[in-house]
Amino acid sequence: MWFRLRPSSWFDPAWRWRVLSAPHDAVAHLAMWSASLAVTGVFVWILIDVLSHGASHLSLELLTAAPADAGRQGGIAPILVSTVLILAVCMAVAMPLGLCSAVLLSEFSRSTSGYGRFVRRSLDVLAGLPSIVFGLFGYAFFCHALGLGFSILSGGLTLACMVLPVLIRSVEAALQAVPDDIQTASAALGLSKTTTIRSLLLPAAAPGIAVGLILGIGRALAETAALLFTSGYVVRMPGSLFDSGRALSVHIYDLAMNVPGGDGMAYASALVLLGLLLGMNALATTLVQRWQKSKGLVFG
Amino acid sequence: MNATTRLDRRLESFLRMNAAVAGSITIGIVAYLLLESLPALHAVGPLRFLTDPSWNPVHGAYNVVPMVVGTLVVTVGAVLLAAPLAVASAVFGRFYVRGALSKLQRRVLETLAGVPSVVYGLWGLMVLVPALARIGPPGQSVLAGVLVLALMILPTIALVSDTALGAVPEIHLRGAAAAGLSRWAIVRSIALPTARSGILTGILLGTGRALGETMAVVMVTGNVAQIPDGVFAPVRTLTANIALEMAYATDAHRSALFVSGLVLALLTIGLVAVVDRIAQSTGQDGGRTGVV
Repeated sequence: MWFRLRPSSWFDPAWRWRVLSAPHDAVAHLAMWSASLAVTGVFVWILIDVLSHGASHLSLELLTAAPADAGRQGGIAPILVSTVLILAVCMAVAMPLGLCSAVLLSEFSRSTSGYGRFVRRSLDVLAGLPSIVFGLFGYAFFCHALGLGFSILSGGLTLACMVLPVLIRSVEAALQAVPDDIQTASAALGLSKTTTIRSLLLPAAAPGIAVGLILGIGRALAETAALLFTSGYVVRMPGSLFDSGRALSVHIYDLAMNVPGGDGMAYASALVLLGLLLGMNALATTLVQRWQKSKGLVFG
Repeated sequence: MNATTRLDRRLESFLRMNAAVAGSITIGIVAYLLLESLPALHAVGPLRFLTDPSWNPVHGAYNVVPMVVGTLVVTVGAVLLAAPLAVASAVFGRFYVRGALSKLQRRVLETLAGVPSVVYGLWGLMVLVPALARIGPPGQSVLAGVLVLALMILPTIALVSDTALGAVPEIHLRGAAAAGLSRWAIVRSIALPTARSGILTGILLGTGRALGETMAVVMVTGNVAQIPDGVFAPVRTLTANIALEMAYATDAHRSALFVSGLVLALLTIGLVAVVDRIAQSTGQDGGRTGVV
């Protein structure tokens, strides 16, 4: 929303008069610009810092070798494998659960309004809980009560609880963006709701669902606190899902905090993590744009 | 016809079952935290969390006041610093630039919102802490925590405020412009008051995020369990306390950490409830803007 007020130039007498007669406006103008530049500046600063310190350690060896000397040397191959396995467990559990819940909330929630409200409220709370609380829960429930111990399975399941609200919200938004005409037409043809959902709604909402999945994976990839005492610290290559495995973000934390001289590799790992996240963000954005162009729908 | 309705009903009950699992996770989490907290509440008692001489669980002292103060100081500081900057950023993107610049600004905020907390922590530890150490040693301090947390919650507040500002009816803005109000007058007297509840929602969501943040805080605040006597003093938050001690805690100590987790969970649930109330009273869908 933009509306042009006056030509704004010091050489324009009318503008000069405005600034002198309404100094608040000029001060506000200056303040807004500096606030925004400061925010962008810090962002660029962080990016350059991670890039400049991490790039020198970037090599093929980083991605293929095992860590050596407590992580100061070598690579992060087992850590990448553990990370992927944790994400796989997380999405394998969260995806079906999230998809089903979202379909219920978006397509059946009028007939089950009290129930729908309960599920929604509960998911809102879940989305707001601190990640360390998920970590505590995962430690008590998955590691101890279910006897899974410090394992990739425990970590993945804990993350699944965490990303569920994000996933459900995106899928719900994608389903709601499908034009109502489709449902009206399919009801007029006497198709069952099951058929409508399976053959019309879900395919039409597929790109939006894909975006939701990417956002969920991104959230899980960025998480550290919930994994500290669920999937553990072990840097060995995991042999099964019951082994402990160190996620990329935990690796960064450990190198920065507990390994003197580990900051070079910490930066390199952070660069890999940021690269993955930015890549996924870009993918989600492209998907949304292509989808909007082809369907004329507005997502979100 | 009968077969299809039966199929539909079966699908609905299957979906209901799934949603029940999703919906009951919250209850499960609170129940488990409560269950694990009981031994400490029994053995130590709620009063001793406030009256013990210090936090030294190995020797049976369980005073959590320093950590509660630490959490509050760092959170309040971060929100006070981030909220004005974030709202200014949102106003800037909506009313002071247009086209590519506005889009770029939003993209920067969205990307900042997605940066993992451990990367903020790494930057804070490697860049910010040494810089602060030159001014007031030891560098790992309340101030470092406030700065890093402010940076982390700024995108959340800014994006929610941006959405709220975008919902201000254009006709009000155009009317004010036609009446000859300056840009700042329009922002101050029309846009900001109209978007007030949305902005408040953003600030509350940011507060929740600051309250529960662990990694970045662990990395930059120094983690000394004491009531800080200045902005350059090290401090330990409730979340940091859990992250640092969970690995080796046993029995009552472990249970005491669950108590602090329970307190954190209840605090954030309270915040969500307030956000919910605001959203309902204004008819806006405050918490569901797709940011968090």
